[in-house]
Amino acid sequence: MSHGFCSLIFGRLDVESLDFLKAFFHPGLNDIILSGAAWVVIVGAAVTAALLTWFRLWGPMWSKWLISVDHKRIGVMYIVLALIMLVRGALEGVVMRAQQADGLHGGFLSADHFAQLFSTHGTIMIFFMAMPFLTGLINIVVPLQIGARDVSFPMLNSLSLGLTVSGAMLVMISLVIGDFSTGGWSAYPPYTEPNFQPGVGPDYWIWAVTLAGLGSTLTGINFVVTIFKERAPGMSFLRMPIFTWNALCTSLLLVFAMPPLTVAALMLAADRYLGFHFFTNALGGNMMNYANLFWQFGHPEVYILVLPSFGIYGEVISTYSGKRLYGYVTLVIATMAIGFLSFGVWLHHFFTMGQDADVNAVFGIATMLIGIPTGVKVYDWMATMFRGRIRFSVPMVYALAFMVLFVLGGLTGILLANPPVDFQVHNTLFLVAHFHNMLIPGTLFGLFAGYTYWFPKVFGFRLNDRWGYIAAFNWIVGFVLSFMPLYAVGLMGLTRRAVSYTNPAFEPWLHVAGVGAIFITAALVSMCVQLYVSIRDRELTRDIGGDPWDARTLEWATPSPVPAYNFPVIPHIHALEAFAVAKGAGLGYQEPVSYSDIHLPGDTYIGVITAVFGTALGVGLVWYMWWLAWLAFAVIAVSLIARAVLGDRHPVTIPAAEIKRKYRAWLEVVRATAPVTRALEWDYRNHGVAAAEYTKEAAE
Amino acid sequence: MNIVVRPHGLTWVAGHDHDHDRIATTLSGFWLFMMSDLIIFGLMFATYVTMLTPESFAGGPTPKELFELPGAAMETAALLTSTFTFGMASLAIKYDRGLSKVMLWLLVTLALGVVFLALEAREFTYMLAEGAVPQRSGFLSAFFGLVPLHGTHVTAGVIWLVIMLIELNRTGLTGPASSRIARLALFWHFLDLIWVGIFSVVYLGGIA
Repeated sequence: MSHGFCSLIFGRLDVESLDFLKAFFHPGLNDIILSGAAWVVIVGAAVTAALLTWFRLWGPMWSKWLISVDHKRIGVMYIVLALIMLVRGALEGVVMRAQQADGLHGGFLSADHFAQLFSTHGTIMIFFMAMPFLTGLINIVVPLQIGARDVSFPMLNSLSLGLTVSGAMLVMISLVIGDFSTGGWSAYPPYTEPNFQPGVGPDYWIWAVTLAGLGSTLTGINFVVTIFKERAPGMSFLRMPIFTWNALCTSLLLVFAMPPLTVAALMLAADRYLGFHFFTNALGGNMMNYANLFWQFGHPEVYILVLPSFGIYGEVISTYSGKRLYGYVTLVIATMAIGFLSFGVWLHHFFTMGQDADVNAVFGIATMLIGIPTGVKVYDWMATMFRGRIRFSVPMVYALAFMVLFVLGGLTGILLANPPVDFQVHNTLFLVAHFHNMLIPGTLFGLFAGYTYWFPKVFGFRLNDRWGYIAAFNWIVGFVLSFMPLYAVGLMGLTRRAVSYTNPAFEPWLHVAGVGAIFITAALVSMCVQLYVSIRDRELTRDIGGDPWDARTLEWATPSPVPAYNFPVIPHIHALEAFAVAKGAGLGYQEPVSYSDIHLPGDTYIGVITAVFGTALGVGLVWYMWWLAWLAFAVIAVSLIARAVLGDRHPVTIPAAEIKRKYRAWLEVVRATAPVTRALEWDYRNHGVAAAEYTKEAAE
Repeated sequence: MNIVVRPHGLTWVAGHDHDHDRIATTLSGFWLFMMSDLIIFGLMFATYVTMLTPESFAGGPTPKELFELPGAAMETAALLTSTFTFGMASLAIKYDRGLSKVMLWLLVTLALGVVFLALEAREFTYMLAEGAVPQRSGFLSAFFGLVPLHGTHVTAGVIWLVIMLIELNRTGLTGPASSRIARLALFWHFLDLIWVGIFSVVYLGGIA
């Protein structure tokens, strides 16, 4: 074969770019780690495929999950993706902590490898861990909380998942074939321009975030419409649960904040692929435009990440305090205020890039303003707990750790919001400590709280508490040990993204941070063990009644796991925290007067097609395999047009009689189940039916 | 009828299943999509405006040297007329003037859209031949980021119109079809609005 023919098919892909062979070409610790990671992906994929074959799970996975448009299943798939990416992203963090603990005059990684690590770590944790996780929880919970059958656009939901998966696949493929960007998660030009960084790295970044970003925009549209249009009769805006309010605000941010990312990434692509000069140094490019565009996405993104967790904390704190949420209306106002303000502060991400002092002052003050609504929220959560009957369940442990740690992070945020202070510590590990301090307690702990809290609703059994506590303990200790020392070394002047350093004073702090990383690894292991133990013991922790926590919102008024149609009939809402009020009146389990047929959307291949050919499109673009890119694009376009023309060809109708039979059978079982008081919540006697004595009080 | 006098929290009453106005739901989804699309255009406009500096011209052609009003005026005329003819199609649906009237007006709209694209392509070819390529300067990159983006949207609209006409020919004016035409109309008028911005900011602003 001629070289020309090869490059026509494989583009710029060659044997040199296969990461899993690098250790054989250049044996050495750095390349062994690189190839080792590649082999983990390859072996992991092979083992998964083998297990699916062995247990004959391909069929069920395809028909029940991959082509499903059920919002709960799509939500679960999002969370599975998020957890897989969490493992990779967290372990990358551990490797980086190990490198810096060993980094005095060297360490074991090459600078380039380290740069790829922090770039993939950031990209994965933001776009492929936190966002799929929160999108998954929103998917599962919001339609249930507002009393809806499904989201407004179920097919679009599957499409969004497909796009997110293809972005994640690209990042995973970059571990096996070729390099990832070394430009950080924000991919600042001109460093990511071809002059500075030829090769495929930044292209992987561009297409991964573009695909996932499109998916997120569509998700945002879907959920804004869902929350506006699908609420059950009687559920006015001020009767919506607080999580739904936060989901609404998040979705609005997705609609308005993702496009700037798409624009910035595609402009960078135009520079790299077509020789444009949007952000180049020479010929009239202006890289400050990139900084502005990127952070018009990037700052609201912070609130996209944190608001859903705020909503989760609201639900968790009120449920486990056995009290209605204090200051509901102020929480709603604070949420929307945060959403609004988030668009007005982006410039604080580049205080030091040379704009004049007045501009910096305005953005500094605007940044500090966000502390006000956030403070309102913290006080409301505290007041909710005040005089409550608090149970220290796993989600509550996360919530309490969050409240302490997040306030601390907020205080360092106020420091950074002050431009003169920011000039001193910018680009140091102080900043790294700050944003991890916001995002780990603020986002990750909230997502874990939500995962634990809603798990029985989705799967019909509770997670193991003991291992839940162990995981939470490890996460909290691991976080504190890993990131508090970074404040110190940051103030001492250690710059971020440094592969090594020469000041011995940093070393003890970074050793402590390294120990923190060990705790975080233990936390990941504990979560895996928890999942295994919980599945093993699932018969003991069955959530028959669907209300294991004596909770307050509508999703707990349904059986667990929730049937595809969510509710036998759409409930009418007469109060805020309607389910708690109904339970207080002894009406937690009611029989509908009559039933009617339910229409559900049919399965669709669109999600799978987008995931597979979206990945192929990305690979084609990254490696200059133009035939592949065009083919994949054509397949996606044709399938979307075909779906639009043909419509939903397999809608499902569930007859009223069947719903009635199933619902009555469930009510029978519930009546036969012994209610438990809150003192027995963690006990094996808790089968999801709450004793009346607590609900009575709660309703008042 | 089961009347609940003092409802507690929630009541389960059948017959109030969500028989939503699907058309209104889809339309509001489309509005949101256009709002996010508007952000994209807004950012492209902002980028373009910040690139109107001597540094960004980088010694290459400036707007004054580049743009000619007659060409842009013809493009504007074609597009504005097409939005009018689309309005006629919508009116034909509203007043039940029959399928053929609707399809006729949509065909005229389609033709005008194609004319617009042809005029734009002619303008770009002319510019490229003169050496005003996007690779020449930051300003030209911004120009070729903004204006063809609008053109791409018009192309998408044209493809949508073709599919719509085939569908109308096949199924007639059913509920879903007219709802789709309503969304396409929204899209088409939106593009017109963006073009007014491009004409004012890029062409008039460039020549002034």
